[in-house]
Amino acid sequence: MKLVEPALKPQLASTFNVERIRADFPILKLKVGGKPLVYLDNAASSQMPRPVIDRLVRYQTTQHANINRAVHYLSETATSEYEESRRKLQCFINASEDREVIFTSGTTDAINLVMHGYGRKFIGAGDEIILTTLEHHSNIVPWQMLAEEKGAKIRVVPINDAGELLIDEYEKLFNERTKFVGVMHVSNALGTINPVKHMIAFAHARGVPVLIDGAQAAPHMKVDVQDLDCDFYAFSGHKLCGPTGIGILYGKAALLERMQPFKGGGDMILSVTFEKTTYNTIPHKFEAGTPPIAAAIGLGAAVDYLSAIGMDAIAAHELDLLNYATEQVNRMPGVRIIGTASMKAAVLSFAIDGVHPHDVGTLLSQEGVAVRTGHHCAQPVMQRFKVPATSRASFAFYNSMAEVDALIAGIRTVQKVFS
Amino acid sequence: MADTKALYQEVILDHNKKPRNYGTLGNASHKAEGHNPLCGDHLSVTLNLDGERIDGIAFQGEACAICKASASMMTASVKGKTRADAETLIQEFRDMSIGKLDLNGHHHLGRLAVFAGVRDLPTRVKCAILPWHTLHAAFNSIASTSTEAEDDPMHAPIGNA
Repeated sequence: MKLVEPALKPQLASTFNVERIRADFPILKLKVGGKPLVYLDNAASSQMPRPVIDRLVRYQTTQHANINRAVHYLSETATSEYEESRRKLQCFINASEDREVIFTSGTTDAINLVMHGYGRKFIGAGDEIILTTLEHHSNIVPWQMLAEEKGAKIRVVPINDAGELLIDEYEKLFNERTKFVGVMHVSNALGTINPVKHMIAFAHARGVPVLIDGAQAAPHMKVDVQDLDCDFYAFSGHKLCGPTGIGILYGKAALLERMQPFKGGGDMILSVTFEKTTYNTIPHKFEAGTPPIAAAIGLGAAVDYLSAIGMDAIAAHELDLLNYATEQVNRMPGVRIIGTASMKAAVLSFAIDGVHPHDVGTLLSQEGVAVRTGHHCAQPVMQRFKVPATSRASFAFYNSMAEVDALIAGIRTVQKVFS
Repeated sequence: MADTKALYQEVILDHNKKPRNYGTLGNASHKAEGHNPLCGDHLSVTLNLDGERIDGIAFQGEACAICKASASMMTASVKGKTRADAETLIQEFRDMSIGKLDLNGHHHLGRLAVFAGVRDLPTRVKCAILPWHTLHAAFNSIASTSTEAEDDPMHAPIGNA
């Protein structure tokens, strides 16, 4: 249960060398239609560095077997590497115990686990769940399903024109029926960093547990679940230089123990008869069936990689990219930034006058620039800003200032085509 | 990728900027709404059938340049044609968009062939087809249709989380 130190000490921000980092990412050497790839769709999924790719290859070539089962060498190796990865994740988010880290298939799966394991047991008719306008569909739909099943009610925290939560309104939503709060740490559509620590403290003062959707935060800033004091924290591996199909749910041990299992099957039991099944202890109670072992081990390698660079250095470089891009776009006539919160992660949602986002996306792709266009699985945010969709550039620590310039040049090309 | 450039040709940009037959027909005999939930594109098609002949047709809505230009050029090309001829164009346009049509072979698309480039952009195929799909729905008195509808031959599970 003891904390494991990262393999390498974090470096200082001043030693941040983006070209050396880029050399670790084979895909960044790709050309798209003859032009260098400028990958600015990191909020959807990030790219994988060589050490993580190599770790996956090493696992598959020398360590693979099913875990928690046989006594043979490979099974013991795979089990120990899988559990070692859990401890790496524990260290990455500063959880107090490794059994508080549950491997899931991703953020969506983690939120659904909480809805089924906690929500269906502890939330009933007339109870209220507080969510925010900013939420991704994955932190809306499961709670709507629960509300429909139980006769519970969803209350929604509004936002201002900058895309910031109205915290006064949040506080007013609480009453004796409030049973749960779900809020994202960083908005995927706008980049807003929400004041989750304050929101958690406010909810806790009223005895209400809080789930944080950290999908867009964990890849970009230091997350300390003990400092936040959140009850649940979820994120995905593939947005953090890891493989797809893996993510984690952090949950406080006392809560996880009181929850009912989400999926039934092998590994999550201690004993089974047709009369009675005794469930396994946490985290295994929530990991039914054979998990994506390779992906979990790959995720461990990914957090090692990020920790070696240092989350503070990553956040500092990404803020430089965001500030530079924001400054450049603000100078362009006919381009409007959507989401202008004072605290933002490196997400730049924008609209070009007279040009539909899908045309922007296709024309930028022609220039080698990959951005997301659409509603970003956050339709309530789009409705709030009265746009059907936006174009979104989202940065990672391996993006360079030159790539911001490529984005700006691409936007100019779009404007020229539609002039 | 080379075809992308071809896609945003002058004729498409022109129809996007100055759409023909834009609006709604007050006394339409047939109408339908088309919707692409993936991007929020939404348009209506209204038309008047004089016997089997399309006497008048109009479209209206919010959409990307590809969708809007496709709608504009569609109305221009089916106006005055018979319903059967329009259905032939709908089929040919769909086939072209998914790369099933041999453009060197016999077809009736004429200038509509400028949309051939979408076949290399799977995410944009639905943008180009939506007006045609909506016209088909109007002919068949289906009030509203969607690119994600089960009856849509282009229906494909493109992620929309």
